[in-house]
Amino acid sequence: MQAIFSRPKSMSTTISHYCPGCTHGIIHRLIGEVLDEYNLKEKTVGVAPVGCAVLAYNYLDVDFIEAAHGRAPAVATGAKRGRPDLFVFTYQGDGDLASIGMGEIVHAANRGEKISVVFVNNAIYGMTGGQMAPTTLPMQVTSTCPQGRDVQTAGFPIQVAEMLSSLRTDAFIARVSSHSPKNIIEAKKILKRAFGYQVSGRCFSLVEFLSTCPTNWGLPPKKATEWLEQNMIPYYPLRIFKTPEEGKIL
Amino acid sequence: MAKKLMKGCEALGEAAIQAGCIHFFGYPITPQTEVPEYLSRRLPEVGGVYVQAESEVAASNMIYGCAATGVRVFTSSSSPGISLMAEAVSYMAGSQLPVVIVNIVRGGPGLGGILPAQSDYWQATRGIGHGDFRVIVLAPSTVQEAADLMIEAFDIADQYRNPVMIIGDGIIGQMMEPVEFKKREPRKLAEKNWAASGAKGRAANKIHSLFLDPVKLENHNILLKKKYDEVEKNEQRFELYNTQKPYELLIVAYGTMARICKTSIALLEEENISIALARPISLYPYPYQAIKEAARKAKQVLVVELSMGQMIEDVRLAVEGERPIHFYGRSGGMVPSPEEVCRELKRILAKKP
Repeated sequence: MQAIFSRPKSMSTTISHYCPGCTHGIIHRLIGEVLDEYNLKEKTVGVAPVGCAVLAYNYLDVDFIEAAHGRAPAVATGAKRGRPDLFVFTYQGDGDLASIGMGEIVHAANRGEKISVVFVNNAIYGMTGGQMAPTTLPMQVTSTCPQGRDVQTAGFPIQVAEMLSSLRTDAFIARVSSHSPKNIIEAKKILKRAFGYQVSGRCFSLVEFLSTCPTNWGLPPKKATEWLEQNMIPYYPLRIFKTPEEGKIL
Repeated sequence: MAKKLMKGCEALGEAAIQAGCIHFFGYPITPQTEVPEYLSRRLPEVGGVYVQAESEVAASNMIYGCAATGVRVFTSSSSPGISLMAEAVSYMAGSQLPVVIVNIVRGGPGLGGILPAQSDYWQATRGIGHGDFRVIVLAPSTVQEAADLMIEAFDIADQYRNPVMIIGDGIIGQMMEPVEFKKREPRKLAEKNWAASGAKGRAANKIHSLFLDPVKLENHNILLKKKYDEVEKNEQRFELYNTQKPYELLIVAYGTMARICKTSIALLEEENISIALARPISLYPYPYQAIKEAARKAKQVLVVELSMGQMIEDVRLAVEGERPIHFYGRSGGMVPSPEEVCRELKRILAKKP
């Protein structure tokens, strides 16, 4: 009998701690599939963030380094420069990458580190229980902006893919979503292309995944999916922002 | 290898290369900028990697990532930069990663100044960052000793899987002295089978310091404590100077300050005043027993530091109240002359202990 569907070899059998309806699990699986397809399991080092995905190393069965909050791109820089033969990726949330780790991601991208970044944007802090993130939408209610995000005092949500695309250094930068089967299939293609740029030693790559957080958004999973589609995608358009072949295509 | 005239900072950089470390991540800050400058031209010659980080926060996290893959790596900074590195140092201690950190101390607090100081003794010896951990701290008093300690520091870091700091004041970093890079017998070191270097033919390795289960975290801390006990047993270093004959007073000083005190001792020798010196080389592990025994042979003790009094706390812990302990310190980048130390010594000796 031919197996047509199985667990990626790059994933462990550990049951995840993610909430029902959260898309971290889907994104993990896409990473596992792409690592398998490039046959990278034995030469990969993942860098885990601080946030809900801090325990990503329990679910992806590859060598891992746990970084301090926001520092994953610096940690990955050290790993990749030390061992350029390894495949090094970071997995970071929006609080980790777009707030406390903004300096590290900008400079890793600007140096053109040959690393890959999986950036999960769910517009809220998940692990600490639903506080305002740099990506929280205008008027979105969180536990630290109970009246909704006031752009007069908190500014507008940071569009990370667009911002990093403004750098002159070659890179592959795209935004995808994980909220529907159609988007997930598209997301995998783009993730595979992003990882490919590191496999060929070409350039830095970053894929921003729009993701749901039903628990902290206070919505059932199905409603959360709809909320992402109706509120996040208009502000965070899904597209390829930059490729090394064409430079900046924003 | 023949002797070369080198600045302390450059000698530290070259010593790292001689120790087989060809990966450096750093950030410019006075008075240690000659370390990254030297390495930015020297490392490419030996096939190494030099990265100028965007901050000390990033530099220290880069050495964390590099060490995690099992590669020898170091960074260098000065006081305000070391404060920024404290975050990653805690993670590296928690994840048991071997790294070497050079700290060419300048006056503080805050932005302070750029001249020599020893005002970061507490920071260095009390763990630097958050959590229950220790950093092995070695304090050279000459450029030659800085090179020797630097070469050995990588072996020490690997043996104990722990950060090692070479701490000098601005004089050690900036002064030019003849230096020889001596070949030394490397320590017997275990393979780095813990490294995150690609899980080929083995289970995946996870470099982490997160233990959500308090039982596991306590066990982890017990394990670290056992390691520090080994460090305290094996790695104490100190120099006793002028202790062969009877002496009236024992000076305790380290680094450049100890060197100045040696001149003061020679000056007083001409007046038939006999003073001895105990110079801790390892600030952690601190040579408590050696200082206790040396202090017992004196009537009183003088601690001399380029600070308002930090190491004096360890001297008190060593002497345990058995002898009166005096303090003489200058700070902010002011360095006392041997004559000034002599004056202080005579003032103390003139009073009955």
